[in-house]
Amino acid sequence: MAQTTYLPSATILEASEQNAARFSVLVRVTHWLNTVSLVALVVSGFGILLAHPRFYWGETGGLGTPSILDLPLPFMLGGPSGWGRYMHFQAAWLCVLTGLLYAISGLLSQHFRKNLWPAKGQLSWSSLRNELWNHLRFKKPAAEEAYSYNVLQRLSYLVVVFFLFPLMIWTGMAMSPAVTSVFPFFVTLSGGYESARTIHFFAANLLVLFVLVHVAMVCLAGFVQRTMAMITGRVIGGRERP
Amino acid sequence: MSGNVSRRKLLTTGLTAVAGVTGLGVAAKIADHYGLIPPDWGGIWGPGETLTYATQRLLMASGSLAREFNRSEVSKVVPVSGPQPKTDPYQRLLAGGFADWRLTVNGLVARPSTFSLDEIKRMPAKTQITHQACEEGWSFIAEWTGVPLSYVMNLVGVSEKAKFVVFYPFDESWDSLDLPDAYHAQTFLAYNLNGQDLPADHGAPLRVRVARQLGYKSVKYLQKITFVDSMKHVGDGRGSAAPASGYSWYAGI
Repeated sequence: MAQTTYLPSATILEASEQNAARFSVLVRVTHWLNTVSLVALVVSGFGILLAHPRFYWGETGGLGTPSILDLPLPFMLGGPSGWGRYMHFQAAWLCVLTGLLYAISGLLSQHFRKNLWPAKGQLSWSSLRNELWNHLRFKKPAAEEAYSYNVLQRLSYLVVVFFLFPLMIWTGMAMSPAVTSVFPFFVTLSGGYESARTIHFFAANLLVLFVLVHVAMVCLAGFVQRTMAMITGRVIGGRERP
Repeated sequence: MSGNVSRRKLLTTGLTAVAGVTGLGVAAKIADHYGLIPPDWGGIWGPGETLTYATQRLLMASGSLAREFNRSEVSKVVPVSGPQPKTDPYQRLLAGGFADWRLTVNGLVARPSTFSLDEIKRMPAKTQITHQACEEGWSFIAEWTGVPLSYVMNLVGVSEKAKFVVFYPFDESWDSLDLPDAYHAQTFLAYNLNGQDLPADHGAPLRVRVARQLGYKSVKYLQKITFVDSMKHVGDGRGSAAPASGYSWYAGI
């Protein structure tokens, strides 16, 4: 029953049902565990990057061979890439395990189909255009939007969950000589070891961009209300909702 | 009544906690028995390190082989990582063309031995073209020739009690491998790089090659190999010089 409050049609529900949980316990717990692991992955990933802030395409690359991107950063040897690597793998385990928990339970509970798959009519040209226009002029979302996801949210969440995270894991595996000795396709399908490293970096940038936009939209919609909803599972003032 | 309930609760909680701790202890014992715990398992990064090492050890239990390449794929540039030892014994041996150099093999072996470079070069040779990535991010493909470590291990008769092989070079970067990696078909002692005698900057006269780990595990400038049953009393007990400078002992990544 609580599931129906995710849908836009929730506006016609009775007051008692409007106060039902916005986010399930599982979504909330995995959201914050994922937040911790993602911050650790970005910080440690940057630490590892500083050892060699240069990118190549293909199997091999190094100083003295042509690069495809040179970041304006110093080469820092023997420092951040050490603890960075220890931290990166610990955080990656947390990220993968919570991600698996989230993805499996989301499939079983039909969370993805009901709440993230674009609802009927949301994918129409006019709906997409409206939503995009509202976002571009930073229009504050209407109060009832606290109860469901708009189409841009749905699409970006689906891309993050089912494309960017799997791509990060795939290209991460491709950089492990141990893993690719068992599953060589991780690296061959990535276009080589250095290509995997380059894709890993660009996909990480897209994830960081997603987080920045996500946090910006939360601030726009009301930081305290939306953050409390992700902690307590309920929308403050839900009862007085129009 | 409520006192009874809380006492029962306390008892159950206590028993669960004891069972949990015992369970963890037993699990750790079993994992250690099967060689799934890395020497640097302690500290805040221990859980991630142990998970990675144990998972990969189970995944690679069948002795999977790292990818090998064609001669046409060999890199034109072989980057040099780290300087050669500037100290006297090494520089003197280098100047003498390593004629006086000897490799010592000892520890848990039936026949502790020393080998000259010529003796090693007369052993059955193995050549392979593999990809090598540095932990920094750069990489290259090269052709290496040497003797399989397993051949030397059979020659000296490694004891069944041995669990690790420790490599001592002329510089500070001592390191170790577990026995599955030591016996692995692509682990060998290389004296030739891309068809030429191993250059001094790449670890002359003899270096380790470990195909399924990052470059820093392939110890250069070898002078001694020791077999041990535990890393606890070797160096600081964390398996290699790497953890002291912040790098993990296991680098299958």
